[in-house]
Amino acid sequence: MSQTMSPVILEAMSLCRTFKLPRTSLSSARAERHAVVDIDLTVNIGDRLGIVGESGSGKTTLAKLLLCLDKPSSGVIKFKTQELPLADMAKFRREVQVVFQDPRSSLDPRMTIDQIIREPLECLNLQEDHDTRIDEVLDHVDLERKMRARYPHELSGGQRQRVAIARALAPRPTVLIADEPVSALDVLVRDEILQLLAGLTDNLGLTIILISHDLSVIARLCDKVVVMQHGRIVESGATENVFRSPQHQFTAELVAAVPRLPEIR
Amino acid sequence: MSLLEVTNLVIRFGDKVVVDDLSFALDAGERLGIIGESGSGKTITSLAIMGLLPETATATGSIRFEGQELLSLNDREMSAYRGNRMGMVFQEPLTSLNPLMRVGKQIAQPLRNHRDLSLKASLARAIELCNRVGLPDPERIVRAYPHQLSGGQRQRIGLAIALACSPALLIADEPTTALDVTVQKEVLKLMNELVAQEGSSLIFVSHDLPVVSAMTETIAVMRSGKIVEHTTVSELFHNPRHEYSRKLIDTARATEAEFKRFAIGTS
Ligand SMILES: Nc1ncnc2c1ncn2[C@@H]1O[C@H](COP(=O)(O)OP(=O)(O)O)[C@@H](O)[C@H]1O
Ligand SMILES: Nc1ncnc2c1ncn2[C@@H]1O[C@H](COP(=O)(O)OP(=O)(O)O)[C@@H](O)[C@H]1O
Ligand SMILES: [Mg+2]
Ligand SMILES: [Mg+2]
Repeated sequence: MSQTMSPVILEAMSLCRTFKLPRTSLSSARAERHAVVDIDLTVNIGDRLGIVGESGSGKTTLAKLLLCLDKPSSGVIKFKTQELPLADMAKFRREVQVVFQDPRSSLDPRMTIDQIIREPLECLNLQEDHDTRIDEVLDHVDLERKMRARYPHELSGGQRQRVAIARALAPRPTVLIADEPVSALDVLVRDEILQLLAGLTDNLGLTIILISHDLSVIARLCDKVVVMQHGRIVESGATENVFRSPQHQFTAELVAAVPRLPEIR
Repeated sequence: MSLLEVTNLVIRFGDKVVVDDLSFALDAGERLGIIGESGSGKTITSLAIMGLLPETATATGSIRFEGQELLSLNDREMSAYRGNRMGMVFQEPLTSLNPLMRVGKQIAQPLRNHRDLSLKASLARAIELCNRVGLPDPERIVRAYPHQLSGGQRQRIGLAIALACSPALLIADEPTTALDVTVQKEVLKLMNELVAQEGSSLIFVSHDLPVVSAMTETIAVMRSGKIVEHTTVSELFHNPRHEYSRKLIDTARATEAEFKRFAIGTS
């Protein structure tokens, strides 16, 4: 697992995101929720980084900050040594792509699969043949090319998540951030999508940041992991070290809570 | 005599058959797991047993519970069983609980309906039940509304409601799917203990093989509205007969092997 250090692609320094909550009464001050607290994170090119933690621990908030879809309350994010937001965001938008948990809500039901995958190519104004590229990415995710004419509701959950991945791959990103990409899927379909993601990171040399509350999903795909609790990173390191000899009590509890198969010989 | 006997159960929405000629039986104290992919008919089967099918569904065949044919009962007759002889825990307690009613009153409800307890006596019993499902500070919790509780706490409330009248049968439909793993572990442990103490039968519905096989001794595998395999947990693992069962087991084993590669020695 130990490689020579490849260049840093994404870096977060002292990152905080605090949400102001609605007033509960006229006289009280607005309470604050510290969703992300003082996070330092370095992502090198080619990393397969897992972010694990329970619901509400700040994983999605962190993902949105890294995607520059939200602004930190304090702290800095750098993309290839330059601070975000860049003066010209087009390059960042092309290179860093995302796949969300629920393909049902993240794919526009009124658009065909063709239109869905074409959209980032057109928005980012990429100079290449869009039709060829759409066929290529459909091949990457093992969907038949004739799927282009279909609508999301005609597809199964697994197929929809393949479409979401194809759309993310279309602009040839260097970084893919996947926020709970398999949590809404049945076990067998989950397994297929994880195999697909593993293959893609290998074949395309993608850097992947995989967010999951499920340790076995992280174990499947990631060589590094950070563990989040209450908005903070409580532990980080090589996946095997962290899972085998957790240093933090919370990590140990997570590892122990993974459901095991019965011992049947 | 079996506690529950489902025979040739067919459930349709219009022309669409969603439960297709289902038959199985459950003895008193037996624990049955139902596993299958989403849409295979697990929830509809559970709802049919509870007499909670949507208006648009039609059911034929037979569901006998404690010797009584349930499919011929009207809703009023059925409600004498629901929350009394049989209880159910749902996947998302937030949607199955009444958002506008304090949880104590919701636990007290079945006791008032079926045990003829006064409001005061039933609320006192609700506090005991909160205690029993491991909720801290029960006197305070019974006055809370569902949204003021965590997911794990809400599922404990759901369990308290379902078990209030000591049912002969508890149906749990994906009761921990929406919970964090650490909370899942606690809730499963609690459910295990309570069902054992009560001597209730259990139908535990899930799509997660490790979870089901930790809770039950027999498993029915469902696909497209049919039970394709119904056997003991150990027989299923030793000798899966259906292609789908085999895939489920292989995938669960591979996932666990991958995980153990990292996490050996921890348990
Ligand atoms: N827009 C928002 N306004 C207020 N609170 C928020 C908002 N988004 C997230 N939070 C809160 O921030 C915390 C972290 O949430 P999130 O990042 O979604 O966690 P995770 O993805 O790990 O489940 C939670 O307590 C959540 O309620
Ligand atoms: N109210 C309804 N109207 C029409 N079809 C329904 C309704 N509820 C469920 N179904 C259909 O019944 C089938 C079985 O659903 P369900 O029992 O919820 O599956 P599971 O719990 O195994 O995921 C599915 O095909 C579903 O679409
Ligand atoms: Mg999230
Ligand atoms: Mg269901």
